[in-house]
Amino acid sequence: MDNNILFDYLLQLGDNSLVLGHRLSEWCGHGPILEVDMALTNIALDLLGQTRNYFQYAAEVEGKGRTEDDIAMLRDVRDFKNVLLVEQPNEDFAYTITRQFFFDAYHFYFLKELSTSKDEQLSAIAQKSLKEVTYHLKYSSDWVIRLGDGTEKSHHKIQNAVDDLWMYIGELCEESETDKKMSSIGVGVDLNKIRFMVNEKINEVLKESTVRIPETPSKQTGGKNGKHTEHLGFILSELQWMQRTYPNMKW
Amino acid sequence: MKNWPLWEVFIRSKNGLHHKHVGSLHATDAEMAMQNARDVYTRRSEGVSIWVVESKHITASNPEENGELFEPAQDKVYRHPTFYEMPDELEHI
Repeated sequence: MDNNILFDYLLQLGDNSLVLGHRLSEWCGHGPILEVDMALTNIALDLLGQTRNYFQYAAEVEGKGRTEDDIAMLRDVRDFKNVLLVEQPNEDFAYTITRQFFFDAYHFYFLKELSTSKDEQLSAIAQKSLKEVTYHLKYSSDWVIRLGDGTEKSHHKIQNAVDDLWMYIGELCEESETDKKMSSIGVGVDLNKIRFMVNEKINEVLKESTVRIPETPSKQTGGKNGKHTEHLGFILSELQWMQRTYPNMKW
Repeated sequence: MKNWPLWEVFIRSKNGLHHKHVGSLHATDAEMAMQNARDVYTRRSEGVSIWVVESKHITASNPEENGELFEPAQDKVYRHPTFYEMPDELEHI
C-alpha cells in the first residue's frame, strides 16, 4: 500500500474530528443549560480523542519524525482535508445540533464499515470510536426530533438550519481519489455502500421531527481536496495561535 | 428551560453495590434525564447503572420532625450487635 495515500486518508478522517471537535468546544461555558453544555463538550472530547488516534497513526505512517501535534498545529488551510459541513459556524443550538446530526448519521455508518478494514490499526480505532458515535447519533437525533416537533419557534429554527446546511451533506459520501483508492484495497470505506443508509437515516429522523426535507441540491464540495469555506481559516487561527506565535512551545 | 422539571440521579458504581444518590439535573422527560445524567455524572467512569426519578415523586422527611423521628433510637444501644464476644479468627465483621 502507498503510504502517502494512507496518510492522506488519515488526514481526511482526523481533520473531520478535529474541526468538528473544535467547533463544539466553542460551546464550552456557553451552552443553553449546564446539561447541554456538558453533553456538547463531552462529544467534543470524544472527537478530539479520535483525532489523536488518527494523527498518531498518520505521524507513524509518514515516518518523517513529526508528531500528532505537528500535524494538528502546523498545517495550513489547504492541507486540511475535512468536509465543509464540520467547519460551518455554530450559529445557535439548532444549527449546531443539525450539523452534528448530519455528521453523526454519516460517521456512524462510516465507522461501522471501517471496523472491518483490512488495516488492523484503522479497524481498532473504528471499533473504539463507534461506541462513542453511537451515543452521539442518538443524542443529536433526539434533539432534532425534539426541536422539530417542539414549539413553533424551535421548529422554525431547526428548519432554517436544515435548509442552510443541506447543501453540504452530499460531500460526506462523495468519493475523493483517496477514498476510491483506499476502498479498492479493502482498507478504506466504500462510500457508495453506505450512502443509501446515511440518507435513509437522515430522512427518517427529519420525517419524525416534522421538518420539511429540502429539495435543493447538496452539491457543495471541496473540503477533501483542501478547498474550504472562509470559516476554516478563522478556526485555524484560533486553534493554532499559540504554536504559531511561540513556535515549539510546550506546556 | 427554567421550567424544566428537576430530576434526582442515582448511580451504581459497580455491580453488587446499591445505587447511590449523586445529584440532580433538569430535563423535560425521562429519556432526556437519562442522557443528561450520563453526560453530567458518569464522565469519569463513575457508574455501571443509572436511575433517574423526577424529584416531585420523592417524599422527604421533614427536618422539623427530626426529634420524634430519630432521637428515640439514640439511647437504644442494645439494637446494635455490639455485645457479643467475637473470636479473633473471624475477619470482615
